[in-house]
Amino acid sequence: MADAERTPGFNTLAVHAGAKPDPTTGARATPIYQTTSFVFDDVEHAASLFGLQAFGNIYTRIGNPTCAVLEERVAALEGGTAGLAVASGHAAQLIVMQTLLMPGDEFIASKKLYGGSINQFNNAFKSFGWNVVWADPDDIGSFERAVSPKTKAVFIESIANPGGVITDIEAVAAIARKAGVPLIVDNTLATPYLCKPIDFGADIVVHSLTKFLGGHGNSIGGMIVDAGSFNWSRDKKYPMLCEPRTEYSGIVLHETFGNFSFAIACRVLGLRDLGPALSPFNAFLIATGIETLPLRMQRHSDNALAVAQWLAGHPQVAWVSYPGLPGDKYHALAQKYVPKGCGAVMTVGLKGGYDAGVKLVSNVKLFSHLANIGDTKSLIIHPASTTHKQLTDAQKTQAGAGPDVVRLSIGIEDKDDIIADLELGLK
Amino acid sequence: MNHDSYPDSYIRGILNTVKTIAMVGFSPNTSRPSYFVFKYFLERGTRVIPVNPGHAGKEILGQKVYSRLADIPEPIDMVDIFRASEFVPGVVQEALALKPLPQVIWMQLEIRNDEAAAMAEAAGIKVVMNRCPKIEYGRLSSEISWMGINSRTLSSKRGQILPGGVQRMGLGNAGDKKSD
Ligand SMILES: Cc1ncc(COP(=O)(O)O)c(C=O)c1O
Repeated sequence: MADAERTPGFNTLAVHAGAKPDPTTGARATPIYQTTSFVFDDVEHAASLFGLQAFGNIYTRIGNPTCAVLEERVAALEGGTAGLAVASGHAAQLIVMQTLLMPGDEFIASKKLYGGSINQFNNAFKSFGWNVVWADPDDIGSFERAVSPKTKAVFIESIANPGGVITDIEAVAAIARKAGVPLIVDNTLATPYLCKPIDFGADIVVHSLTKFLGGHGNSIGGMIVDAGSFNWSRDKKYPMLCEPRTEYSGIVLHETFGNFSFAIACRVLGLRDLGPALSPFNAFLIATGIETLPLRMQRHSDNALAVAQWLAGHPQVAWVSYPGLPGDKYHALAQKYVPKGCGAVMTVGLKGGYDAGVKLVSNVKLFSHLANIGDTKSLIIHPASTTHKQLTDAQKTQAGAGPDVVRLSIGIEDKDDIIADLELGLK
Repeated sequence: MNHDSYPDSYIRGILNTVKTIAMVGFSPNTSRPSYFVFKYFLERGTRVIPVNPGHAGKEILGQKVYSRLADIPEPIDMVDIFRASEFVPGVVQEALALKPLPQVIWMQLEIRNDEAAAMAEAAGIKVVMNRCPKIEYGRLSSEISWMGINSRTLSSKRGQILPGGVQRMGLGNAGDKKSD
């Protein structure tokens, strides 16, 4: 009997997961349920929904059928038990931490992260009393040394933005497991097409859907995926999950919802109370984008490798940081964690320094000069003259945004056109 | 039956045929999982009979609570067990003494007893362990997908809306394919 049921492959899931024909109308494309609220069948039904006793829709801040398609799709692609879509990647991080930490608690984070996440952790999260302790992905022991009785979580990026640092997920997962805390992996740059962190021990995966999952530069969004692997009740460290919730007449979420209780807690406590819901329209655009994720990610990665190789041989280029290059510091880890390719993002050091960076972003005609990654279009930014302009030169270098550094997000155009544009810019 | 993973067709077959469920270890506390399952299946028109000696004779949501399986005066299709694994053999023995025999013995999440399962299967009874029938019903009907949960099903067929409301789905067509 068991063999009659096939397990679909990644491409099939990208197209179908979460999206059966609409039960009411038969619409085959996912309808955009652009509504704030949903009528109840009757008073008893309403009571069951509010008491979490029935599955169903109440109010779009807490859940929406279009957003639910996106949630199930990303959960299926990551191999998780459930997903929760939110308004942005940063909102996903906020809700995850709010569900895990109380004021005075600590979490350990890799210091090689997207700059916006470093800001969020150092500023907003500190103001909530959630204290980040930084560790170095190039020195795995630094994660172990950072563990304290107050540690509640560990946070890393699979491929770090922008320098292409690849973290040894399995090694960090082992440290988190020993400490009895969940490992959170931001899988934005890799996407589940290139890397599935849950296979390497991640308990929670977060995404900025804004980047490659949406993939077309048209919608901000975020996602939380529950791996279903963590025992929230074992050490009684996570009161949102293991203690009776007075707001839901005393139910214990872990006991009631088992291996998807983290996603439910993020929804019925975090999203409900903090409020950063995703618009159904954005969910529609992002879910549509995901249908072509495998095709796009392979092309992004193939183009990026060709560009990195070409740049590495260019006389005006001092260095290229891209783990796909055989000589790169992270090449060996890349072969383990992202064997199909290393994604679209790389940083490049120009021999001509600050002025060469300004000249390059000004001269290109195909690359768009803007602060984003993960569009079908090729993107470029010179952090020293834009996002990191306020910092001193020493601070810029420390942040990996020295005056000579340019970040590229390689699109899915023809690679010869991308290279020709860079050649023009570097003239 | 391999009790580590069940084919969807096996679970669907059970949930599609069972009309009367006896819930052993039922709690009348409205915040306990057994109460959730009780209420959910009642709302779907299934007959659900609570069993708990501490509350025998009471009526919960209009259903009379019995002390033991043997006291229930009508045939039972499925015994749903909310007791810790070590108490399962006793419950299975009680179930095996019923006439007619139940068709299914179901053990809730975290509950598993392989010897008791073998005993029941030897008598021709289907067994499910370490699963929740409410979650499985929600998964196979696609209702659970509204909560962003990975139903591990794909289908190009329209799901079935149950009469009496728009937010209730049946087990009709949805979910032909496994997707985990
Ligand atoms: C790796 C990574 N994580 C998180 C974020 C934040 O996502 P959002 O801009 O959707 O809030 C970004 C955005 O650049 C990112 O690159």
